[in-house]
Amino acid sequence: MHAFEYHKPSSVADAVAALGKSEDGKLIAGGQTLIPTLKQRLAMPSDVVDLRAIAELKGIREDGGAIVVGAMTTHAEVAESDLVKQAIPALAALAEGIGDPQVRHRGTIGGSIANNDPAADYPGAVVGLGATVHTDKRTIAADDFFTGMFETALAEDEVITAVSFPKPEAAGYAKFPNPASRYALVGVMVAKTGGGVRVAVTGAGPCVFRVPEMESALSGGFSADAVGSVKVPADGLNTDIHASADYRSHLITVMAKRAVKAAGG
Amino acid sequence: MAPEGIGARLQRKEDKRFLTGKGRYTDDVNRAGQTFAVVVRSPHPHARIKGIDAAGAEAMPGVLAVLTGAEAKADGLGGLPAGWMIHSRDGSPMNAPVHPILADDKARYVGDPVALVVAETYAQAKDAADALMVDYEELPANVALDKATAADTPKVFDDIADNRCFDWELGDKAATEKAFSEAAHVTTMDIVNNRLIPNAIEPRAALGDYDSGTDVITLYTTSQNPHVARLVISAFVGLAPEHKLHIIAPDVGGGFGSKIYVYNEEVLCAWASKRLKRPVKWTAERTESFLADAHGRDHVTKAELALDQAGKITGLRVHTLANLGGYPSLFSTAVPTYLYATLLSGQYAIPAIYANVEAVYTNTAPVDAYRGAGRPEATYVVERLVETAARETGADPAELRRKNFVREFPYQTPVIMTYDVGDYEASLDAALKLGDYAGFAERRKESEARGKLRGIGFSNYIEACGIAPSAAVGSLGAGVGLWESASIRFNATGNVYVYTGSHSHGQGHETTFAQLVQSWLGIPEDQVEVIHGDTEKTPMGMGTYGSRSLAVGGSAIYRAAEKIIEKGKKIAAHLLEASEGDIEFKDGKFTVAGTDKAKTIQEIAFAAYVPHNFPPGLEPGLEENAFYDPLNFTFPAGCQICEVEVDPDTGVVEIVNFTAVDDFGTVINPMIVEGQVHGGIAQGVGQALLEGCVYDLESGQLVTGSYMDYCMPRADNLPSFRLGFTTTENPSNPLGVKGCGEAGAIAAPAAVMNAVTDAIGADIQMPATPEKIWRALAARGTAHAAE
Amino acid sequence: MSIPVSMTVNGKAVSKEVEPRMLLVEFLREQLGLTGTHVGCDTSQCGACVVMIDGTSVKACTALAAQCDGSSVTTIEGLAAADGTLHPMQQAFREHHGLQCGFCTPGMVMSAVDLLQHNPDPSEEEVRDWLEGNICRCTGYHNIVRAVLDAAGKMRGQAQAAE
Repeated sequence: MHAFEYHKPSSVADAVAALGKSEDGKLIAGGQTLIPTLKQRLAMPSDVVDLRAIAELKGIREDGGAIVVGAMTTHAEVAESDLVKQAIPALAALAEGIGDPQVRHRGTIGGSIANNDPAADYPGAVVGLGATVHTDKRTIAADDFFTGMFETALAEDEVITAVSFPKPEAAGYAKFPNPASRYALVGVMVAKTGGGVRVAVTGAGPCVFRVPEMESALSGGFSADAVGSVKVPADGLNTDIHASADYRSHLITVMAKRAVKAAGG
Repeated sequence: MAPEGIGARLQRKEDKRFLTGKGRYTDDVNRAGQTFAVVVRSPHPHARIKGIDAAGAEAMPGVLAVLTGAEAKADGLGGLPAGWMIHSRDGSPMNAPVHPILADDKARYVGDPVALVVAETYAQAKDAADALMVDYEELPANVALDKATAADTPKVFDDIADNRCFDWELGDKAATEKAFSEAAHVTTMDIVNNRLIPNAIEPRAALGDYDSGTDVITLYTTSQNPHVARLVISAFVGLAPEHKLHIIAPDVGGGFGSKIYVYNEEVLCAWASKRLKRPVKWTAERTESFLADAHGRDHVTKAELALDQAGKITGLRVHTLANLGGYPSLFSTAVPTYLYATLLSGQYAIPAIYANVEAVYTNTAPVDAYRGAGRPEATYVVERLVETAARETGADPAELRRKNFVREFPYQTPVIMTYDVGDYEASLDAALKLGDYAGFAERRKESEARGKLRGIGFSNYIEACGIAPSAAVGSLGAGVGLWESASIRFNATGNVYVYTGSHSHGQGHETTFAQLVQSWLGIPEDQVEVIHGDTEKTPMGMGTYGSRSLAVGGSAIYRAAEKIIEKGKKIAAHLLEASEGDIEFKDGKFTVAGTDKAKTIQEIAFAAYVPHNFPPGLEPGLEENAFYDPLNFTFPAGCQICEVEVDPDTGVVEIVNFTAVDDFGTVINPMIVEGQVHGGIAQGVGQALLEGCVYDLESGQLVTGSYMDYCMPRADNLPSFRLGFTTTENPSNPLGVKGCGEAGAIAAPAAVMNAVTDAIGADIQMPATPEKIWRALAARGTAHAAE
Repeated sequence: MSIPVSMTVNGKAVSKEVEPRMLLVEFLREQLGLTGTHVGCDTSQCGACVVMIDGTSVKACTALAAQCDGSSVTTIEGLAAADGTLHPMQQAFREHHGLQCGFCTPGMVMSAVDLLQHNPDPSEEEVRDWLEGNICRCTGYHNIVRAVLDAAGKMRGQAQAAE
């Protein structure tokens, strides 16, 4: 690890100020991706600004028809939250399947989506459930948030404060884990929402994406069979030693069916 | 009453320290004035080193030294040698260059050590290592095993024209050809034994500590065989004479063969310490373990089995290409030859066997012993062949095996080995029962009803352990003898030290060896302290590998115990005023035969150290040393049955039943032995389903360089195992033991793959990843088209 | 550029000046000499370094010491009772031979203890799932699973007896 200065602000404003003053500062949330990256010297920030002391970023609450998850809420907290389990069980199940227990005890939703690892689970939830990302500056719709591999709509000095998930009528998540890392090789979130059916795929491509063909098929009838014949073309999907694009393409359909079944379809 | 001593499920003596955080592994050791080393490794698979500019790195804060191949050469250091000479078919000796301590002219794999940076802190050493300027001329690399000998493939060593280390054969070629020409059925298979990365959970580490007052270098290191490390570093590297090298392998966190090899980094820390006159510590990051620990397996084999009309096996023939990586290592030339082809008879009476093995160099990490070393590869070939032959001829796989078992002992195979004892039918029958083979058809139907494909597979393995008679291995090319030594020292107060040349890195020797002493000398195990892993404390040793510790190391303790009893009788005869011939020893007591006159062994020990009235010629003290050289290899054998369920939608395999019945001869501590079997099976399952080292064939980079990509077996990948034991006592050593450390890993890959291929009705290579299975099913048209 | 860090480790208050880049596991091993917590990988996968921070299991290789300022940390050295009596999980690992080389053991035990805090009566499958973040190369997990299930039974028994 290269040397850096460490800051632990107690408010979002102080965090933004510390970031602004630094030469090449980086926010640290749960640190479950950033710390391994630093250890391998793949990143060398001048300053690390720790968000864990900021109370306003923590907690899960209900707000109107949505479940609002503070950016510094850990995966374990989401998985174990009675509020989440009752309103959006698919979100609790997704959080329960991220990493391992120790990672879930540290890793946060804000850190996960800001990093936008193509194999992370949370982008699938945010897009699949049609969530809204709140930052210290604005709100960003899920469909506009994830812009590419490890890229988001966030500005350099922008801090995610919360993610609000509208309560779906039904939702299900199915994941085929990478056998080594346990990240998602393919993860599919299917949700029946007020705004229509949404199908989001993570792990398979360079960035989370929706599958309009599946969404329209499910709008016609919310059952596993409806997506069984829809295949996402392999072109543009990821290929690595664990799965070719062809196999990922196949798994998207299989996982979509399982997600629909999990959603009660 | 539960047994004590031999046969007892005694809880381990070593556990308390491990469970309370008091284990003392190499990286836990710190010495005053300690410095930290970082190894600069080649980022290229094949590159000429045109120059190293150390000035920038040397000027960085805290940096004490930057050492390169030039300094190693200037200091006269030799390289690391191959320990076993193999001769090719044409009689020529193998091509086996040494591995330089630091690359001199060329780097030959990604991770090849090029320089050592030593600094006051680890972070400073790391910073300076990043800044070191090495001028590489990248060369085209030889990465694909099957193309290694081709004319246009780049040469790993400039003077080895075809990258071949040797082209070796074993067996009667003509007789085997005849068997095949007369066969009623021939089964032919292309078999890949995938390359594995051992991944002991403790990364390797070394701490050199030079004492300029005595000129002794103390080296703490993660070694399975500290005496061998001392010999190599002294006799071959030439760093210091043996008596000025003190090697300590303290608690070692798993080895599995990967800590046999004497590595560059161990030499580097010892050498740097001597140069700097300060302790120098290096601890591998896991990334370095992936790049630079000796890898395992990596064979490509064409295998054939000949059968007659009645289903009797008449011949077996293999051609195997074995990957040695960028350099030969300590055992690597023996692994695909004498540890592999000599086991190709399996449990079967096969009249004619012929093996041709070509070993080649590639620009990949060196390959060496990994749990089983050659014997898993042999078992995999034989057991895949036999199972496939059964399927092809419509025979029951269990019955085809039964028909071909060796039944008369001793049995001379056509490939050197003489099996001394065994009962293969007993372990097969026990496994059939324990695994409920009769109920399989029903279970398969039940799986089908749930949309799952169920398969069953056997693996009837045999292995040669307890290596080995020194004369035998010497005649086959080994550079060392393979005896073991032990000494037993009584203290005056009656408790005991046992010093052994074996090394424990998870096997529980401190417990098992204490149980032996309890049984033989009547000293309660808690009065026995087993000392190992320190060349200044223990007698000579050859270390732990090849499941040899109990069979060879335990037998050495037995010989020492015999001498203790012999000496004790002399003392007892004196104290009891009887003749030595009348003294009997049993249950810790020396008794005058036919009387109640007796002395306990503790009383004898006390007298031995307080010899106030010893007669002339009766030597004080009760301490004996023994060397044991085995009479033969030992031949553990058994039967595993694996049952899997495949999800045709995804290709995911779940192991639903796993049965293993082993004949290890006498079992000293069943709890420890079961643990060894569990761990071995897990590694075998890992090889079959999960693990595979992948180098990018274009770039030569290691793709599976971390746990993010190299798939380790985790708790949720494995089932609980059903174990059983049958026993034929080994006649070749005084304990009747055979060895248990590797059996699980030797047998399991074939059992799993036989089950997987049974389930999917197609042959695939290891590791049987979901995608491979999905593709095989799709090719057969049985994959669910996502319903 | 060192910064002050204070925490309670195994019940004792400690204060040190550390570099911001120091990991918790380095702090424990190098500053406090608590070498029971091990490092087995650099990608936060193996779990040899698992400790409790404020009662919850985390990977000490993936937390900065600075982040743990003000926390209470328990390592394997702090698990047994003050009189040396092993924790029921340690005892169960010993009785069921849930360890061989011992290197993964501290993290494995700490993780298993945390499992029972969340789920006092886990099934075999739940034990195996929970231990996803702890890699053992020696035992094949068979006896680890037996040990955790046995410890769970004994701890439930103790809890009932205490009621």
